[in-house]
Amino acid sequence: MALALQQLINGLTLGAVYGLIAIGYTMVYGIIGMINFAHGDIYMVSAFIAVTAFTLLATFGISSIPLSLLLVLLVAVLFTSVYGWTVERIAYRPLRGSSRLAPLISAIGMSIFLQNMVQLTQGARVKPIAPVLVGGIDLLTIDGFTVRLAYSQILIVFVTVALMAGFTWLITRTSFGRQQRSCEQDRTMTALLGINVDRTISLTFMLGAALAAVAGVMVTVYYGVVDFYIGFVAGIKAFTAAVLGGIGSLPGAMLGGLLIGLIEAFWAAYLSAEYKDVATFSILILVLMFRPSGLLGRPEVEKV
Amino acid sequence: MTTLVLAHQGISPAERLKDAAAVSFVALLLGIPMIGLTTVDQGGALRIATRWPMLFAFVAACFAGRLLLRYGLDHWRLRKLAREQAVAAAGARSLATSPLLTWIGWGALGVSLVLPIVFSDNRYVVDTATTVLIYVMLGWGLNVVVGLAGLLDLGYVAFYAVGAYTYGVLATQLGWTFWQALPVAGLMAATFGVILGWPTLRLRGDYLAIVTLGFGEIIRVILVNWTELSGGPNGISSIPRPSFFGLPFKPPGDDPTFASFFGLEYSPNQRIIFLYYLILALALLTNLFVSRMRKLPIGRAWEAMREDEIACKAMGINARNVKLSAFAIGAMLGGFAGVFFAARQGFISPESFTFNESAIILAIVVLGGMGSQLGVVLASLVLVLLPELGRDFAEYRMLIFGAAMILIMVWKPGGILSHREPTLRYLGGGKQ
Repeated sequence: MALALQQLINGLTLGAVYGLIAIGYTMVYGIIGMINFAHGDIYMVSAFIAVTAFTLLATFGISSIPLSLLLVLLVAVLFTSVYGWTVERIAYRPLRGSSRLAPLISAIGMSIFLQNMVQLTQGARVKPIAPVLVGGIDLLTIDGFTVRLAYSQILIVFVTVALMAGFTWLITRTSFGRQQRSCEQDRTMTALLGINVDRTISLTFMLGAALAAVAGVMVTVYYGVVDFYIGFVAGIKAFTAAVLGGIGSLPGAMLGGLLIGLIEAFWAAYLSAEYKDVATFSILILVLMFRPSGLLGRPEVEKV
Repeated sequence: MTTLVLAHQGISPAERLKDAAAVSFVALLLGIPMIGLTTVDQGGALRIATRWPMLFAFVAACFAGRLLLRYGLDHWRLRKLAREQAVAAAGARSLATSPLLTWIGWGALGVSLVLPIVFSDNRYVVDTATTVLIYVMLGWGLNVVVGLAGLLDLGYVAFYAVGAYTYGVLATQLGWTFWQALPVAGLMAATFGVILGWPTLRLRGDYLAIVTLGFGEIIRVILVNWTELSGGPNGISSIPRPSFFGLPFKPPGDDPTFASFFGLEYSPNQRIIFLYYLILALALLTNLFVSRMRKLPIGRAWEAMREDEIACKAMGINARNVKLSAFAIGAMLGGFAGVFFAARQGFISPESFTFNESAIILAIVVLGGMGSQLGVVLASLVLVLLPELGRDFAEYRMLIFGAAMILIMVWKPGGILSHREPTLRYLGGGKQ
């Protein structure tokens, strides 16, 4: 029972991070209909930026936790959005309107490029940072097993909920949100109505990258280690989350993220920790086989 | 179109400078956290290290590169327009159909046949050439799936692994020989191809890519954790080497060996050269098989499916069988290459079958030009020889390949030696 409660907490934390990354996939898919393979690596880049920023702040002697967290978040979001923008500008925009395979391959190329770029410039070794947010609350103890809610977990869930609220407002209430949704429905018509489609798509990529940046910072705080390979697995899992929730749907991405996080946590605790990645991939295949539109998605109609 | 090109021509030097400055500003933003700053491990704690000169060089390179690129692009566009008009007037004729390429192909075949004779005492050259040929064979195998059928498979290495492990297990636990295990391993890989293909039939291209990626990872995770069968992370070692029709490559002993049977002096290089010819034969068979398949209805159906699936279905082509056959045949060829890999190395472990390997094989197919057989050979040569040139090249290999994949897609989506013309052509005229 205590273990189940602990895994529930861990799973929700993990799921919140997957959800944040999944939103990037789902938004990009919604607006240009392609999988941004490099998104997982954008998240990895932001984790490295966070490591550098935390180290830099420690060098300057800034030790206030809220201040340093805020600064690192700002820095990571800023620089990572530039990465998101550049990826779209270089690898995807020239290929808009070509065959389906071409942007997919250039996305994989971008993913390989980013991974190796980080490996070359930042080193291939695992980077551990000094713990930023330590401690937690002991909730209850059953049979000698203490259920613990770490402060970093509270932070992750809090930030995710706040971001989701802000994001829902942005998409449903603001002028940018309307433009973005209109681009999803019909790009040509949107352009005819005087909306800058290229700019909207660029902004969408930057927003997705910004959310991935937040996820990257959170993971750095939570685990305390990063390496250049984390983007690959996190990317696949977040993509699975997006598909599970229904690709193109924002609440779906968050729901899918939470479900994947919970499944992973409980699978690792009760079945087998070695095969937890297999569980995620199997879910992906099963969902695609039996409900390709996901839990909250609309079925896609292919037109000739 | 003409007005667009003219508009580009009209850019003044000041505007070009402004454009390049904007690009270098973005480059600066990109470079600060990755190039300008880094962290180094010092006594268990991280410390900041700066590389401002390198960052400055990067930004300057971006500035100059952008200026040159813009200038070059504008001129190139104009020339391309003129050329296209000339080509349209003279009738379409592409590089891929020119007799020159056929000659290059035959020349490459000749070189590959005499190479081990010329370098018979240079083990390094023959070994490297064998590696190139393994990639050529893998590339040709993946070409069936990606190039011909247009199904993006990101987990191709899984079939390579299935082939290698099938041989490894059969040989070490049941004592099978290379030649007995080869067809079984091929069948096994083809079965896995169908297992993967079946649930993904209804999926569109990008979903398929992710599922194959996940499938490749599943196979790898199983290999790492199923210790009883696969030896876990330690892999399988002392896998027997193939023999020459039952004659082993060993120092002279009681049983007849290759050297004693033919009355030759024993040399360890004989096995290396034999392995080279073995993979050459396998690769050539693959090539022959695939190019024959292309002429069959099934091969034409693959290419038609790649171009337009809905039209294919409307024409009464069975999409399920066409896709499954492409998966199965591609997987089988990968499995054969895997058997050879296991036999050549004598040792296999999950480390050899990571996603990176899939990415390399895909890069070979993409860079060579999807559907082009000769392109795969050229790309494999570059890919294998680049790291041999020096340690720096080895480090930058994947970086260069990632960048090349993007550039090729942006510049020439068909690949360097693209051959995406339909096998049948309506003679009435070109594009109308």
